[in-house]
Amino acid sequence: MKLKLAISSAIEALLANVLRSFLTMLGIMIGVASVMAMMAISEGAAIQVDQQISALGASNLTVRPGASRRGGRHSGANSAPPFTDKQVQILQQEPYVTAISVRNSGAVTVVSGSDNWATQLYGTNVGYFETQSWGVTAGEIFTQRQISQSAAVVVIGKTVADTLFEGTNPLGQVIRAKNVPLRVIGVLEEKGQSSFGGDRDDIVIVPITTARNRILGAHKTTPKHVSSITISIADGYIMADVQNQLEDRLREIRRIKPGSADNFRVFNIADFVRARSSTQATMGVLLAFTAAVSLIVGGVGVMNIMLVSVTERTREIGLRMAVGARKGDILGQFLAEAILLCLIGGLIGSALGVGAAELAANVGGFPISISPMIAATALSAAIFIGLFFGYFPARRAAQLNPIEALRHE
Amino acid sequence: MMANLTIGEPLIKCVDVTKTYIMGEQQVHALNKVSVDFIAGEMTAIMGPSGSGKSTLMNLLGALDTPTSGDLFIEGRNLSSLDVDELADLRNKTIGFVFQQFNLLNRATALTNVKLPLRYSREPVADIDARAIECLSMVGLSDRMNHRPMQLSGGQQQRVAIARALATRPAIILADEPTGALDSRTSIEIMELLVTLSKQGITVILVTHEEDVAEYAARKIYFRDGVIVADDRKMT
Repeated sequence: MKLKLAISSAIEALLANVLRSFLTMLGIMIGVASVMAMMAISEGAAIQVDQQISALGASNLTVRPGASRRGGRHSGANSAPPFTDKQVQILQQEPYVTAISVRNSGAVTVVSGSDNWATQLYGTNVGYFETQSWGVTAGEIFTQRQISQSAAVVVIGKTVADTLFEGTNPLGQVIRAKNVPLRVIGVLEEKGQSSFGGDRDDIVIVPITTARNRILGAHKTTPKHVSSITISIADGYIMADVQNQLEDRLREIRRIKPGSADNFRVFNIADFVRARSSTQATMGVLLAFTAAVSLIVGGVGVMNIMLVSVTERTREIGLRMAVGARKGDILGQFLAEAILLCLIGGLIGSALGVGAAELAANVGGFPISISPMIAATALSAAIFIGLFFGYFPARRAAQLNPIEALRHE
Repeated sequence: MMANLTIGEPLIKCVDVTKTYIMGEQQVHALNKVSVDFIAGEMTAIMGPSGSGKSTLMNLLGALDTPTSGDLFIEGRNLSSLDVDELADLRNKTIGFVFQQFNLLNRATALTNVKLPLRYSREPVADIDARAIECLSMVGLSDRMNHRPMQLSGGQQQRVAIARALATRPAIILADEPTGALDSRTSIEIMELLVTLSKQGITVILVTHEEDVAEYAARKIYFRDGVIVADDRKMT
């Protein structure tokens, strides 16, 4: 088969009837445009979900005490004994841990001068800022040394800073929580809304020792208690495997007898967010499927017109065979015609698809993402459709008997 | 062009060529054990009533069809030993077709029509345009190269078709009723053109109904019911 000849013959044929060529392309155009738009929208939604996950800590596992059971009485979540500093130190040795953070929390009212604000107080270690990938916009976070000294220092969230200090520099100021004066040493980066709708910036963070010893108080049975642990997992580990290993390790550390229920729970935040967004993903798949169907319908349209074209041009095919075209040459010419129709239709469709996606973003407020990958996928789908639906008419042309073809009226 | 043959040797050799069509229960012998040679450079007219087998012979000579039995040699090659692609290449290189209805591509110019066989050629021609222009000049149409068939008269269209047949410098031109769609004055022009080509060494074989058209040929073969009933050579 002579490729250049096949393509140039195909172009000549398409130009010979521009209107028909355009109408044939229309189906493919609409199909590709809808595939593009749907993929852009579902890709945009997926990226938004990923952003939410990474904002919450992409590869974090969180461990909380489970329910306790004593003498047949089943208490609620978090009623089991909390963790301890010692247990945290043991967990830190596990190979998959890149950072480990601890957190005790409680509701407090913070007071600055005559102003006050009810907010959430976290007592954490230094690792907390690492597992949450959270830094400060001003000042600094507390140090290991300040933790061991139960230093009266605090890092405040943006909402608290805005509320209590309204434009003045909060650094170095003193706020009081449960009458304990705390010196503001840092203001946290803005995190915005959590996926649960809460304000993540409405927070004050102190060293865990300070929280335990001076503000929130110690646990009644467990000294040096930790009520929540978050672990960042190293790259290359499979989340589910690590989760199993971690659960086994925790049973050892917490001396749970075989056969007894766990008194802790491991949460995988990424799973939670994905589950929440799975309805959205199903919707996207459904829409993409519908778009693919329209692409196939477009392909059937191409096949239809190509069959008509083969019948109309029977004499021409006979002539081409008489002057020396091989079967492969004829096959190539008609295949090239179908592919070219689909490719041009696909290019125009891609442009329309981008336009439609932009419209959905601007008018409908959908998050969209248009990557070259999407365009490449849509275009290769179009070429594949041309190849698939063009083959049958092209084969029919190539199988014509030249004598009968030349006699065809 | 004519590799190991000289003028006077048979260029085409048919040995006991039979073509049978099955029509329902009946077998129809379109050609019945026809043996005939065509000598290089000789212009031959094949005549006979409809259904006598002359068109069937033309299709076989043009490598568009294969015989039911018997052998057909062109330039010494037995056509039954060639596959479909080799037959296509043979048509491209060795045979030029001229049809009653011209069979030009209506949307293409005269030049593009003449270039068509060259584009399918497996032996690349250095300058396809120059070759096509040369062929159009041979038929006297160098000033109509960029006209489309619709802008040309019937005689001019048939000249374009002849130029197309000449494009790959074939040894044989097969003309099926070349003047069937033309008036008598134009017919004379076309026949004179074919005679000129024959004098240049091309083997011209034409099918015709008309005795005065056949008169241009050096040899007349008459068919009836699938067999040759007469084979006359002009005395020169």
